Amino acid sequence: MSSEFHPRNEEEARRVEEMKREHLLLDHRPRAEMNDMVMEAVEDTSREWKFAVIVLGLLTAVTLFGAWGYMMLKGLGLAGIRRPVFWGLFIVAFVFWIGISHAGTFVSAILRVFKAEFRRPFTRAAELMTTFGLAAAGLYPLIHLGRTWRFYWMMPYPNQRWLWPNWRSPLLWDFFAINTYLIGSTLYLYMPLIPDLAMARDRSTGWRKKVYGLLALGWRGTEQEWKHLQKGIQIFAWAIMPVMFSVHTIVSWDFAVSMKLGWHSTIFGPYFIIGALLSGIAAVSVVLFTVRATTKNMRYFIRPEHFDALGKLLLIISLSWAYFFFNEFILEWYGGEHTIKEILKFYMFGDIAPVWWTMVTCNFFIPGLLLWNRKFRRTPWLMFLLGIVVNIGMFAERYVIVTGALSRNRFPFDWGWYEPRLVEVSIVFGTFMLFFFLYTLAARFLPLIPVWEVEEGQHSHTWRRIGRAILPAVSDLESLD
Amino acid sequence: MAGGNGHEEHTKWVMVIDLDRCNGCGACVTACAMENNVAFVGEDENAYGRGMHWLRLQRYWEGEGDDLRVRYIPTMCQQCSNAPCEPVCPVYATLHSEAEEINLQVYNRCIGTRYCANNCPYIARTFNWFDYEWPEPLNFQLNPDVTVRRRGIMEKCTFCIQRIRRAEEDAKAEGREVYDGEVQPACAQACPTEAIVFGNWRDPNSRVRQLAASERAFKLEEALGTEPKVIYLAGGRHEF
Repeated sequence: MSSEFHPRNEEEARRVEEMKREHLLLDHRPRAEMNDMVMEAVEDTSREWKFAVIVLGLLTAVTLFGAWGYMMLKGLGLAGIRRPVFWGLFIVAFVFWIGISHAGTFVSAILRVFKAEFRRPFTRAAELMTTFGLAAAGLYPLIHLGRTWRFYWMMPYPNQRWLWPNWRSPLLWDFFAINTYLIGSTLYLYMPLIPDLAMARDRSTGWRKKVYGLLALGWRGTEQEWKHLQKGIQIFAWAIMPVMFSVHTIVSWDFAVSMKLGWHSTIFGPYFIIGALLSGIAAVSVVLFTVRATTKNMRYFIRPEHFDALGKLLLIISLSWAYFFFNEFILEWYGGEHTIKEILKFYMFGDIAPVWWTMVTCNFFIPGLLLWNRKFRRTPWLMFLLGIVVNIGMFAERYVIVTGALSRNRFPFDWGWYEPRLVEVSIVFGTFMLFFFLYTLAARFLPLIPVWEVEEGQHSHTWRRIGRAILPAVSDLESLD
Repeated sequence: MAGGNGHEEHTKWVMVIDLDRCNGCGACVTACAMENNVAFVGEDENAYGRGMHWLRLQRYWEGEGDDLRVRYIPTMCQQCSNAPCEPVCPVYATLHSEAEEINLQVYNRCIGTRYCANNCPYIARTFNWFDYEWPEPLNFQLNPDVTVRRRGIMEKCTFCIQRIRRAEEDAKAEGREVYDGEVQPACAQACPTEAIVFGNWRDPNSRVRQLAASERAFKLEEALGTEPKVIYLAGGRHEF
């Protein structure tokens, strides 16, 4: 451990200090101190926070549930959709939120399995995004129904109509994929939370103690409990990955299995997954910046190194997105089908062109050019802005795919165009408010930093002297058996 | 296959539309709307793209100047044998009828996902965006044989299934088969040039069968494999 490491001279001491400043996992602090830091952050229910919760709650109630209720009462016609564009902003936002929800699983499952150490302090912040992103996404299949009050007819249950749902319909696959993912990712959020909830239980009073105590399931931290927990997390980390991939693949199949030109594309599965990761990882940097700026003691846990690592990931994913996009676009064009050419022409030069060019610029050109720069990646507020830009680009991508393809059909008589109206804009805005509302609430209730994971990482990081150089070394504490 | 209508062999209803005879008068559109209680959405909504017509006249201009020609294709649900709208519905609101071999739309099952409409290559389906009212005196002409639809559900051409059933029941009561030409959908009945002919494909002597033997016969987007049951006879130029 680094505390046992004694620098031989001033030069070495300076080097060690430098590395400590840089890397959270080399910058040891006693467990008790980290516990207190996290608890202080959690219990910091300041006036600003209360104000934010009330405002966000009201906005959610009015712009989401108010507008939705009004639309249910009057009819779906309040939205701008019309023949032939039968799907609009609701489906766009649905795919967008499903995409956001991919980040959490990616960070905490894939990075965990690949033992990317930088993930440690923000796995939970990302996992919360998954859960709340799914909460927002899960509303849309209900919102966009013509008769929302009959949504339960999609569920298989014995009924007086003697009807089973249609298993050939991708919407039914959606229904099950999303529910599986929601349950799986919530459990996966919960499991690593148990030791931290126990920590919170032991350090709080009043109602918090009661709730934390209930949620901690009587965790005592015995050897046996840790063993079971580690094993459970390992199993879940592997099991949740195919679920994550399947969810966005199935969402892409809503489009890809159809006969609609512009949708019927074999690459949509992986293309949607990479798009989901692009918007998801970008959203992680937005959330991390916000958490760091608004929550106490977070500057210790979340450092430029984490934005740096996210930036590198984002660069790779942005390039991968461009690769898939290129494949999708060029091969469709090369096929030479007349209607497809009309669709592509519509994308690039038609009414939807500003959205299409926004997509290309924000998803590829901006991140692809800027993220090579180390200084850029290490500047949190720049990464925050970039995260927003990339998410605008990804929203635009879904907008182009959903509404653009529907606008150009096989018969020119059936060409059309769609512009959103106030009610649907309000509902989409409302789900953003819902997401922020839930996140803001959770940020002062759940320990946002998985303290035990950080501690585990700090234990496994040691110093090694090789010749004159001092290097950090990582030993493997997590067993994969 | 023993069908629900008691026939040994099902009837297979098809429609033949002679584009040479169509002059684009729009009587079929009106007749269809009156027969099937198609909602009156008003001028503005119709212009916005929310017209509920089950049958539309696709209009295309060809040529320029003195050679300018206008061509019409009356288009409704093509009653595909292999219909793309059917597998995508999660609640079986759109499905195939075994007895009539046409696509049904069960209004009461529909929850309004509109997926069927997106997957229809002919954009033949319409959606009830609102609850519509029929302004006087249109409200007096609602057809009691057809359900009035409410907001939030899909609908489309049914080949006037209420007329098919009526003819079949009459024939059954009189102990005979339905004769050729007995069933006429509203559009066919209203067409002044008799461009639209309706009948049973399984009757080798039916008019539809004879008309469809024309070398002008084609189906819309036949290559998609949807196997439509509406057969068009090409109009305009006759060289192939």
